[in-house]
Amino acid sequence: MSLPATAHDVGLSHEARSFWSRYVFSTDHKVIGLQYMFTGMVMALIGGFMAYVFRMQLAFPDQVVPLYGLVTAREYNALVTNHGSIMIFWVAMPVLIAGLGNFLIPLMIGCDDMVFPRLNRLSYQIFFVSAVILLLSLAAPGGGFGGAWTAYPPLSASAQYNHTPWGAPLWLLAVALEFVAFLLGGINFTVTVMNARAPGMTAMRIPIVVWMIVIASLVFMASVGPLVAGAVMLLLDQVVGTRFYDPKAGGDPLLWQHLFWFFGHPEVYVVLLPATGVVAEIITVFARKKLFAYKTILGTSIATGIISFFVWAHHQFVAGIDPRMAHLFTITTLLISIPLAEMMFAFIATLYGGSIELATPMLWALAFIAEFLIGGVTGIFLGANATDIYFHDTYFVVAHFHYTFFPIAIIATFAAITYWFPKMFGRRLNETLGQWHFWGTIVSFNAIFIPLFLTGAAGQHRRIYSYESFPQLSTPWLNQLAVLATVALIVLLIFQVIFLANFFWSMRRGEPVGANPWNANTLEWSAPSPPPHGNFATMPTVYRGPYEYGVPDRELDYWPQHVPS
Amino acid sequence: MSHAADLHAAHVPIATRRSATGIPTARLAVWWVLASEIVIFGGLIGSYVMLRLHHPHWAEEAAHTNTLAGAFNTFVLLTSSLAAVLAHQAAEAHDGPRAARFLGGTILGGLVFLLVKGFEWSNEIAHGFTIFRDVFWSYYYVACGLHGLHVIAGMVIMAIVAADARRGRNLHRVELIGIYWHFVDAVWIFLFPLFYIAK
Amino acid sequence: MSSHDHAATTPGHPSYVRIYLVLLALLGVSLLGPTLEIPLVTLITAFGIAVVKATMVAAYFMHLNIEERYVWYILLLMLGFMLVMFAGIAPDVMLPAGQNWLHLPIEPPAPPAHP
Repeated sequence: MSLPATAHDVGLSHEARSFWSRYVFSTDHKVIGLQYMFTGMVMALIGGFMAYVFRMQLAFPDQVVPLYGLVTAREYNALVTNHGSIMIFWVAMPVLIAGLGNFLIPLMIGCDDMVFPRLNRLSYQIFFVSAVILLLSLAAPGGGFGGAWTAYPPLSASAQYNHTPWGAPLWLLAVALEFVAFLLGGINFTVTVMNARAPGMTAMRIPIVVWMIVIASLVFMASVGPLVAGAVMLLLDQVVGTRFYDPKAGGDPLLWQHLFWFFGHPEVYVVLLPATGVVAEIITVFARKKLFAYKTILGTSIATGIISFFVWAHHQFVAGIDPRMAHLFTITTLLISIPLAEMMFAFIATLYGGSIELATPMLWALAFIAEFLIGGVTGIFLGANATDIYFHDTYFVVAHFHYTFFPIAIIATFAAITYWFPKMFGRRLNETLGQWHFWGTIVSFNAIFIPLFLTGAAGQHRRIYSYESFPQLSTPWLNQLAVLATVALIVLLIFQVIFLANFFWSMRRGEPVGANPWNANTLEWSAPSPPPHGNFATMPTVYRGPYEYGVPDRELDYWPQHVPS
Repeated sequence: MSHAADLHAAHVPIATRRSATGIPTARLAVWWVLASEIVIFGGLIGSYVMLRLHHPHWAEEAAHTNTLAGAFNTFVLLTSSLAAVLAHQAAEAHDGPRAARFLGGTILGGLVFLLVKGFEWSNEIAHGFTIFRDVFWSYYYVACGLHGLHVIAGMVIMAIVAADARRGRNLHRVELIGIYWHFVDAVWIFLFPLFYIAK
Repeated sequence: MSSHDHAATTPGHPSYVRIYLVLLALLGVSLLGPTLEIPLVTLITAFGIAVVKATMVAAYFMHLNIEERYVWYILLLMLGFMLVMFAGIAPDVMLPAGQNWLHLPIEPPAPPAHP
């Protein structure tokens, strides 16, 4: 490659950049993606530790928790609240959307970076500040916010009720900053995919995971607006003393619930869609078969995104909403399972007749389908208003949404990390450790939440700090189930040590791989592993769709997008 | 030098200069920013409207807002929008200094708007119509305050764009800040009847 | 208006000053509407005209008239979601009573003392 002398100089100074400008203040989409991913992993460990502490309190009430101490009722509330907030806003969102989106979008659509690299860096910095504020809020006078991640007023609106004059506003501020970060990021993703595609990358040739991340960003953007307005009102209620949510003054607490869930329910699909996109990529590579019904899957994800705006009030069936509206929301909620079921069927059809290779990423992807199915089916009981009135706020709900969120935020994330790890670091993860970690995680996950379905069906309410004050809910059978769930959680956390060891060991010592270790088609595998700044030696041109596996009359069973026919 | 270093050296940003949709990247991004703003103001205005319809007595409170000041501010914002679109026209003609002058006019419009708003608010607060008096007034201050913050943000960005335009740099940004400013204008077009005319 | 390379200033585009004058005239009408003291007229002159004005600003000043058509659809889709939000929330917020709750009667605040 012949280069002008000045360009060489630039290149040399580029190589000599310091650690800070290279890894901390970089505008490279891959570095920012990994920053999001590592921040998300740290937050996941914090959130997991919180789960450990309050599960210990539930299993062994009022005893000293190792590594923590005695859990007071107020601390218990703060732990549960922040566990939920962290796992959704600071784990699922940054890892699945921001992390994967940043790392994958430019590579998969064949360009050198995001269209707004500095905006991208800004969005990570805002996100980082929001995480710091959230963690600091736990140490604020009065403790961290304990009004649940849904922050219903009047409990959240007045320090008189929640006793956290600093914790509540700081929590809200952290969430608001996190929204800003993802709005900026989402606009960047959307514009990048719309405008910066490689020549030949038509809409129907974009890999499904990129489509899903963009649809998720748009659903987030469209749903979060009213909550931003609502959060401004709540912050004023907390800090200034207005009474937007005070019925005595003419405000309305139900308004917040609606504004929250108008965002909160689409948010489920915001994190779900990228996860299913990851699964689609992986099963087609490891089944060596064309993705079944690309257009149908795309259509179902758009349908899911749109219907998700019509279902929110199923979270409020017991909040006293108009029963006629409750019926409508029951119908729309049951409707949204149709596109998702269709998507799952398309995945199963992709597997049918494929030459399936059960490598670690494929195991995670298959586990996603199986576990998410349980989450989806148990959701029917909660989406229907008649049964929800009984199940509302029991551990059944907790088990249900962990059967949706765990596959999304943990299983699909592990699928993505194990699949793209060679691209991220140029080395392979250890397969044996990966399989150990997989089975340990999956078995213990089910052992946590199947018992909670039972305790929930038996009537255990989810917001109780110690069941000793409720003898009917403190039977030996229910207590044994609670202990089982807690022990399983500890096992699950211990198994993550295997993953962390594997991850950091393989990052430096793993078996080096070439550009395309999985023989996959999408463009990121045509770049070197790890891709340099600028990604591609020559910018790729796209000649076909991303899923041409096992094409008859071809020597290779895959057909990369950038290879001319 | 390694192959990777060659890549670094040869690297000129590519993504930013592509335009698969035909809409310039920056303008496309502005449209998405406005899309996300529509839902923020939409959520606020929507919740105001439903509470307003629910509370008949809010009409009596609304009677105390200064219709004349509101109308004058509408006039000011419309005029500043005209200046912004004329600045865009000048930028299209590659006349940076002229575009900067028009943008200056827009910033002046924003300033007048804020001064009138400040006069209104101080007058209302002096007469006891504070943010605490009633939820109507809470909405009034929050909606106008959020809009005012958008005006201030627009003025700051516009000052930067105008300074660039004066030297003939980044002239395409004149159109972008103009689009944002017109959106802020359009929001006020709805806030005006909601808080000042409907009594 | 001189001719330029960009479509915004093609000879067909209406004069910005003329659009501005129409907007000012509409502002005048929306001010005069309530003086008739007929609620329906006020409603139409206030909000109908606001919609017309905002559409004109969007079409001619933001140049949506010559922008790709789908930008309209994006912005209108967002407005559509806001209508969904309103339709879903308003029944509850405006309901006088629900299951096991009722709206407390509100005492309107006393008129403030005029200094």
